[in-house]
Amino acid sequence: MTVQTTSAPIEKPPVTEVGAIGWLRANLFNSKSNSVLTIVCFAFIVYVIQAVVPWAFLNAVWTGTPKDCQAPGAGACWAVIGEKNRFTLFGRYTYDEQWRPALAIGLFLLLVGASCIRRLWGKALIWAWVGQVFMWAILMWGGVLGLTFVNHEQWGGLPLTLMMSVVAIVVAYPIGIVLALGRRSDMPAARGLCVAYIELIRGVPLISVLFMASVMIPLFFPEGVSVDKLLRAQIGFTLFLSAYLAEVVRAGLQAIPKGQYEAADALGLGYWAKMRLIVLPQALRLVIPPMVNSFISTFKDTSLVIIIGLVDLLNAGKIAVNDPPWRSFYVEMYIYIALIYFAFCFTMSKFSQRLERDLSKATSR
Amino acid sequence: MTPQRQARREQLAAAPINIEVSHVHKWYGEFHVLRDVNLAVSKGERIVICGPSGSGKSTLIRCINRLEEHQKGNIIVDGTELTNDVKNIEVIRREVGMVFQSFNLFPHLTVLENCTLAPIWVKKLPKKEAEAIAMKYLERVRIPDQALKYPGQLSGGQQQRVAIARSLCMSPKIMLFDEPTSALDPEMVKEVLDVMISLAEDGMTMLCVTHEMGFAKSVADRVIFMDRGEIIEQNVPDEFFNNPQSERTKLFLSQILNH
Amino acid sequence: MTDRRSGAQVAEKPKTAFWNDRDVRAVLFQILIVLGVLAAGWYLVHNTLTNLESRKIATGFSFMEREAGFSIGESLVPYSAADTYARAIWAGIINTLVISVIGIFLATILGTVVGIARLSTNWLVARIASIYVEVLRNTPLLLQLFFWYALVSEALPGVREAIRIIPDYVFLSQKGLRIPHIVANDIHGWMFALFLGGFAATLFWRRAAAKHQEATGKLRPLFWPTVGFLFGPAALVWLFAGAPLELIKPVLRGFDFQGGGTFSPEMIALLVGLVTYTSTFIAENVRAGILSVSKGQWEAARALGLPNNRSLRLIILPQALRVIIPPMTSQYLNLTKNSSLAVAIGYPDLVSILNTTINQTGQGIEGVALIMAAYLTVSLSISGFMNWYNKRIALVER
Repeated sequence: MTVQTTSAPIEKPPVTEVGAIGWLRANLFNSKSNSVLTIVCFAFIVYVIQAVVPWAFLNAVWTGTPKDCQAPGAGACWAVIGEKNRFTLFGRYTYDEQWRPALAIGLFLLLVGASCIRRLWGKALIWAWVGQVFMWAILMWGGVLGLTFVNHEQWGGLPLTLMMSVVAIVVAYPIGIVLALGRRSDMPAARGLCVAYIELIRGVPLISVLFMASVMIPLFFPEGVSVDKLLRAQIGFTLFLSAYLAEVVRAGLQAIPKGQYEAADALGLGYWAKMRLIVLPQALRLVIPPMVNSFISTFKDTSLVIIIGLVDLLNAGKIAVNDPPWRSFYVEMYIYIALIYFAFCFTMSKFSQRLERDLSKATSR
Repeated sequence: MTPQRQARREQLAAAPINIEVSHVHKWYGEFHVLRDVNLAVSKGERIVICGPSGSGKSTLIRCINRLEEHQKGNIIVDGTELTNDVKNIEVIRREVGMVFQSFNLFPHLTVLENCTLAPIWVKKLPKKEAEAIAMKYLERVRIPDQALKYPGQLSGGQQQRVAIARSLCMSPKIMLFDEPTSALDPEMVKEVLDVMISLAEDGMTMLCVTHEMGFAKSVADRVIFMDRGEIIEQNVPDEFFNNPQSERTKLFLSQILNH
Repeated sequence: MTDRRSGAQVAEKPKTAFWNDRDVRAVLFQILIVLGVLAAGWYLVHNTLTNLESRKIATGFSFMEREAGFSIGESLVPYSAADTYARAIWAGIINTLVISVIGIFLATILGTVVGIARLSTNWLVARIASIYVEVLRNTPLLLQLFFWYALVSEALPGVREAIRIIPDYVFLSQKGLRIPHIVANDIHGWMFALFLGGFAATLFWRRAAAKHQEATGKLRPLFWPTVGFLFGPAALVWLFAGAPLELIKPVLRGFDFQGGGTFSPEMIALLVGLVTYTSTFIAENVRAGILSVSKGQWEAARALGLPNNRSLRLIILPQALRVIIPPMTSQYLNLTKNSSLAVAIGYPDLVSILNTTINQTGQGIEGVALIMAAYLTVSLSISGFMNWYNKRIALVER
């Protein structure tokens, strides 16, 4: 009946639909209310910029003395960071030896960078991490290879923050796996104990666990055994984190299809062989992204050690600006510390999101 | 041509135009998805639209109840032109029922509640009345006994029949079907097609995007073939299938009929 | 999967060595675990008791009857330094609850707004919202609290130059937010009673409106009658009584304001910190919940002719809320637990007061036990409620 013989040309869309104008129309002015919102937001941004930029950049004092910062019309006092940077980053670590923690941080960052490349995942990487632990011990304590000994009570700043979070997750990880297996086992006594532990820890704030560690651990051991503050805090973190990791691992175990368990049973594998060879390798792969998130929370939570008097990154910064001449420049110091935390946490969380996408793609294929 | 066909054609020629699409263009970003589409649908006419995926056939019928906006040209449905006027859009959506490929039933409501929702909240009918209407159409699609179940408890074919009943409850003048059987298991396709055929027999204006060529042959007044955003060929089913004119139509038919 | 002992098998193989029987093994293994835990527990308790004895620390909660001897910055229950520890702890519990309830209320509103903003089709709004979320999520809460506290106590003007938010009535300065007190009047009691009556009338009206719609299909107005019933009678009585409103205004005398009520800098910093931090997590929950409802649901609702606001209320929200509410409660719990960081900036919450108590009395174990017991009570009751709720919505689904 009808056949269209000449084809309508493929046209460019009207200019109002694409390009810069199209983008603006689609994203900023696609309705009356959105146009109003855009204008309000734009006004807000302008307001923030005109309030912040002169303070943070134009009138800021980059180097100098507290006097320069207190001059009328002076903006942010970034000089305080130049002055207090070493203390903030390394705490009370022997001043002349601070290249050692700096090197340790460098090593750590290098290894973290390597761990983000999935091609390098393998046995070698695990051994590299084990080696890293020894390197850290040598660098931080010293006392061998001609390095002077530095007592761990002097440790502080960023290395302390990193170390506490890494040790916590490394030790809590196997505990978490055992707790998760226990919670899913069909032995009532084992299950009951694990559930009680997990729910108890998850029900109370981290502060109370840290209090408990610092108050009760000294009482737990016979006369003569002393556990110092750092170790106590470390134990507290580890106990706390293991309960959360247990739930993370449990979610992974639950995500493994029942068929996998049945197939392992059908092959005649015993409980431990089944878990070690079939279930855990799949479940643990699945939970890498939430584990990274747990690590981020722990990294942020280590700042709580300020309450039991350890000098981590945040506390070091706080002590640094307690110095009377620099006293009124809290805000600058907090912004600096926030930037350090942000750099670590943001990178890790973006990495975990990417990993999640990759892994879900890999499993759905 | 049989006398029945002839009579049907004369009847349609005399019927008023129900949907008029003229010179419609649409772009997704830079991609020209509808190119100068023109189509007039008479009241009571049954049209099947087919074409390879990405040819713009779904986009075209989604423009008719403005789930998608066209950027150039006019669409007039039942005497009302589709513009940005919210009131016009609501009026047209009341007149036009739509059935989706993925059913889109509301999972938190029972089958009956799915059907009574729009009559109660859009047409402002009393609940009893709305339920009576809903039960009438559920009987019509032959699942009145499932009325109190939730969509998740039904098979795909049953869900799609509920979706059809849900649209019918608004007594629409026009029904749009967007690949209603593509997401169904083969054994359930027939039960849905049967319902659609019985609707057609009642004189409903229907636009149906589908690859069910048997349905097209037996029910359609006109078959439209779309490719790359434009209507390539349209004809009565006998002619369309037996004597396709365009090379692209031939190619498409050979691919789809040899399956 | 536990049909490991079908009757036939047992009958066929009567001679299983008992240590190879799976059930016996399971029992033995469990006995071992329990014994191990008991032994470890006994060892720790034994050491603790010996240590306590050698340090001459008495155990038990009798210290709670003693005079506390420290004052509390702000408290809703009447308290002075001469009161007992028990009363101080009670004041701390009330403070924790107050902060948590206000914080949860505000964080929910803010989080919902931010979550919806992140989904906005307006690019600028979505960007601003996601920057807000990323910045606050990726820095420690404690740092944020310090930051807000420094901002309030350093960056705000002194008392004399206080910011007049509402001139003569509301002042913001380094010493916190000062608001006027309302002097109690008999008429207020009547107004409150009328408000409650209005509440009942609203419920009645809404039910009647639903019945009316069911019977005739006609919709009755809901919003304005609700406002009218709730506030109308109370406002009328107040006007007829000559609009009695006597406020005690905060007045600057010497170094501080006198009269009126105060939100202390600690409380402001704690609230701002907790609310903004928690709101980012709530925003992500809200966003995920709304995204979990497929686009097809919107399309189906629109195709039926439902206007946008009705589609949202009848179709989208009921489905999104199911996804949103469970993680939301765990965020509420987190906020409550995080309020314990108050100890770092000196707001007298439960942990802060027990910390002082522990330092004064040396009753560390009891103090920690009290903190844990208080938080566990809240956590377990909320998770109990959640389990009940989840079961209920699971039943409604099918």
